[in-house]
Amino acid sequence: MRTATETLLKVEDLKLYFRTTKGVVQAVDGVSFEVGKARSVVVVGESGCGKSSLAKAILRLLPRNVHTYSGHIYMDGVDLMSLSDEEFRRNVRWVKISYVAQGAMNSLNPVIKVGEQVAEALLIHTDGVTRREALERVQEVFRFVGVPLDFIDRYAFELSGGMRQRVVIAMALITHPPLIILDEPTSALDVLTQANIMNSLKRIKKEMKVAYFLITHDIATSSELAEDAIVMYAGQIVEMGEAGHFYLTPKHPYSEMLMASVPTLREDKELRFIPGQPPSLINPPTGCRFAPRCPKRFSMCDSEPPMVELADGRKVKCHLYG
Amino acid sequence: MSGFLSGLRELTKYRSAVLGLFIIGIFVVVAVYAVVKVPYSEAKRLWRSGEKVWRENPVNALPAWVNLFPGINLPPNIVVDSRKDKNVQKKIISQSATLRKAEIVLPFEFDYDGFPKELTVHFFTRYKRTKPFVLFHWQTPDGRVFDFGNVQISQDQWYGISLDKDLAASLGGVPERGLFVDPHNPDRPLKGEYKLTIEAYLFEPDADIDARLIVYGQVHGIAGTDHLRRDISLGLLWGIPIALIFGVLAALGTMVSTLIIAAIGSWFGGWVDGLIQRLTEIRMVLPTLPILIMIGVFYSSSIWVMLGAVILLSIISGAIKTYRAVFLQEKNAPYIEAARSYGAGSLRIIFRYLVPRVIPWLVPGFVLAIPDMVFLEAALAVLGLGDPVLPTLGKVLDDAFANGALYHGYYYWVVEPSVILIAMGFSFSMVGFALDRIFNPRLREI
Amino acid sequence: MSVENGTLLAVEDLHTWFEVRKWGFVHVGYVRAVDGVTFSLDQGEAVTVVGESGCGKSTLARTILGLYPPTKGEVRFLGKPIKAWGRRYHSMLGYVQQDPYGALPPFMNLRRILLEPMVINRIGTKREREERIRQVLEEVKLTPVEDFLGKFPHMLSGGQQQRAVIARSMVLNPKMIVADEPVSMLDASVRVEILQLLQGIQKAHNLGVIYITHDLSTVRYFSERIFVMYAAKIVEKAPVKELLGNPLHPYTKALLAAIPDPDPENAKVFKEVPPGEPPSLLRPPTGCRFHPRCPHKIEGLCDREVPPEFEPMPGHFASCWLYR
Repeated sequence: MRTATETLLKVEDLKLYFRTTKGVVQAVDGVSFEVGKARSVVVVGESGCGKSSLAKAILRLLPRNVHTYSGHIYMDGVDLMSLSDEEFRRNVRWVKISYVAQGAMNSLNPVIKVGEQVAEALLIHTDGVTRREALERVQEVFRFVGVPLDFIDRYAFELSGGMRQRVVIAMALITHPPLIILDEPTSALDVLTQANIMNSLKRIKKEMKVAYFLITHDIATSSELAEDAIVMYAGQIVEMGEAGHFYLTPKHPYSEMLMASVPTLREDKELRFIPGQPPSLINPPTGCRFAPRCPKRFSMCDSEPPMVELADGRKVKCHLYG
Repeated sequence: MSGFLSGLRELTKYRSAVLGLFIIGIFVVVAVYAVVKVPYSEAKRLWRSGEKVWRENPVNALPAWVNLFPGINLPPNIVVDSRKDKNVQKKIISQSATLRKAEIVLPFEFDYDGFPKELTVHFFTRYKRTKPFVLFHWQTPDGRVFDFGNVQISQDQWYGISLDKDLAASLGGVPERGLFVDPHNPDRPLKGEYKLTIEAYLFEPDADIDARLIVYGQVHGIAGTDHLRRDISLGLLWGIPIALIFGVLAALGTMVSTLIIAAIGSWFGGWVDGLIQRLTEIRMVLPTLPILIMIGVFYSSSIWVMLGAVILLSIISGAIKTYRAVFLQEKNAPYIEAARSYGAGSLRIIFRYLVPRVIPWLVPGFVLAIPDMVFLEAALAVLGLGDPVLPTLGKVLDDAFANGALYHGYYYWVVEPSVILIAMGFSFSMVGFALDRIFNPRLREI
Repeated sequence: MSVENGTLLAVEDLHTWFEVRKWGFVHVGYVRAVDGVTFSLDQGEAVTVVGESGCGKSTLARTILGLYPPTKGEVRFLGKPIKAWGRRYHSMLGYVQQDPYGALPPFMNLRRILLEPMVINRIGTKREREERIRQVLEEVKLTPVEDFLGKFPHMLSGGQQQRAVIARSMVLNPKMIVADEPVSMLDASVRVEILQLLQGIQKAHNLGVIYITHDLSTVRYFSERIFVMYAAKIVEKAPVKELLGNPLHPYTKALLAAIPDPDPENAKVFKEVPPGEPPSLLRPPTGCRFHPRCPHKIEGLCDREVPPEFEPMPGHFASCWLYR
């Protein structure tokens, strides 16, 4: 997956399990990958595959009922998992990694002007910045994301959905972090607004050299920002590699069937759907988790498949390539 | 329905709820027993009748179980009846043609550390014109004899030995003490066998006389007695079903009516909703207890009127706004819209779709409202607005306070109804809180 | 059971407006959710109404279903206006909603959910109803039927829930189904399944279907004709392939250009997107409602006069002054 670019973030065997009344949910089950500097990585998967939990695991946004949280996250030579909560809060969140949460555009504070909120993001995470400087930076970043400057003094309810999402993105950008995690940034928006925001994100990436970690279930939209792609199923990564490889020639049976189920506008292709349902993350089955639904399964699939590296640089977790 | 049963099963997981249910179960059993043993009209009659029914009870007696405590040995009521008891000797001797002498010996054992509260003899005489004449001879265990009396007795007369002033004067103290006191130890009664001999002179050939000696104890019954000699256990026993029924009816009536009104208001909107909301807001500003007091004072404090008033006041209250908020949310739910699309009318939607949706949230509130209503009734009674005829827990408390129970040291009179009220509140609350945790899973700990 | 062909639904100059009041009684204006829509649907025909959120398509659906009264204009079903049908109207249309879980009453099991429409409309004897429930569950492939009858909505997966909703919509043997975003809340791999199911049912019973969506990419798999809605009006009508191959209205063109296919090349190019947002339905722009964002706007015309419907090609209609 790495070409000549440097690695910004390296995740090794990340695990996040939750304790619930029904048992232990193994939401993220030993995930390993890398994000290159100023590269955008797209994580796709269906609901319940663990991709949102992955974002929270990286950012240590954990609920109370955590059962297991282990692994390594290397950034700038430091293992983020070894930092204390205070150090993580002060030095990582919004300084190294920003976050645009799912539905963030609806979580803006309704009684504070949006300009203030964006400034706050900067003031909290940076020492020695005066309010004035902060507001100047707000103007700068608003111009960047395409929000008219007179919106600085408006309240969230006065803005449309698209504008609110831009404000939230501005909030994530204002501290110039090298990596932004975006969880379903456009799924609640109209097609045209979505395209607009994707355009903005592309421009921002080009000019600010930001790396994206984009999480979405919308495979078509994900291709707008994908340079590298990761496919998740049942808490594990089943395929990862350069975008071109995944979208055009998926290798893992799940990736293949997933791509075959995405309707296309421009080409007339026959759609196929995947019968059955993903397994429960509570006591997941041993062996390959996709095997029960896989048309290509064979005897080896009763054991856990290894992550195999193919000639073109991508990795697939499947016995077919082992 | 199945949701209800599975909810019940969930309930058993909480120990506090199981305890609460157990206590409620006991109350229900007692209530059923009370209603069966002493029917409603009987209870009313007994509670309301005065001396005729209760005359044989001592006034303000402690509960009998205090004698279970070590070192406490107080006398209960002792009744010796010449008509019934076998150890009573009755002789009638002819003195002359018209005069006959009757001699009734009423013995009894007295082995207690406390003095009786009163001494009375209840006479049953038969005569046509001339009343019999009676003399008393009191024999103590150590052989001393006191003579007193010298009175004429009419047909159905209660002669209070304790009220005999001459006797008191000659004893140097109240007769119920003086006739029992140990001569060597003036603080304690003499134990042993006492005999009251009644010497009666009958002036007619067909006249007859029988006597019933009542040595009023300091303890009586499981709950003691009150100032009107009533057995408090009647009040407690019957107070329980009344409290339960009042509580459940009030809570149920309130909840159902509030629900329906809130549903109607939120479904139809417009001026209907506006009217209901304005009424509610006016009501929310007015204080409940003073209104109830006014109704009780100026109109009637019968328990049914109070029940109705409480329900009415509780219906038009803040609860409507809460339910309305829930309904307004649900009103726009897709399944309601779907129901409209396949032709469901407003009534059906309200009763078959909106109300069932909301009921799980209401159940905990309902259970928790029951003790509220029970306490409200008790509070009204203590304020003097209790139902005047029925034996309720609140009334028992009211009587206790009105008659200076705490001042006189009749703690049991206050403690007993209070304990029952507290137990009711406690048990329903435990169940209610557990239900709350079941129906509102967010309150549970993961 | 199928129905013969013919015009099923005729919508004529339909307007559905909602009054907006400040403080409960001060009249501020009307939200014109549907503002002059005309089209017709034949028996056995499937039509897609496409538009972004807020364009009025859901209101259109609900008006056709009889849930909102038309403010102006008429909806005629088999020749008669909705009012003339009275209570029977509801049994002739089925409604499939967007949120499969929300569309099912959570306190009823599947059997009761499916019984409700029949009970309300007093159709069938007890035995006939049980028969029908079985039939309809088999048709949506929720089998074995016995297993599902006692289940409550939360026990079903998203796909199964939507099948149940479809089953319910079919229970009264309707002649037409209105499906409002039936798959947008389902996972990608389940969408295809459900769409194919709907299509199968439509063909098997020769039903008319109005399929409402904002996701144009599913369109070519489903219906024969598309209507594009913008700001409470229909701006283009055409057969599916024609519209996708040769969009006429500038809005349609922008929409098609903006929708991505899963193609890695997308990451390397910037899309051309008209700026701005859809207009408020309370105070829509004068003239053509798209003119503030339209790259081909004709000064003096598009901003003043509402364009009528032109037919530049047979069967292909566009409400745009470019085709006058």
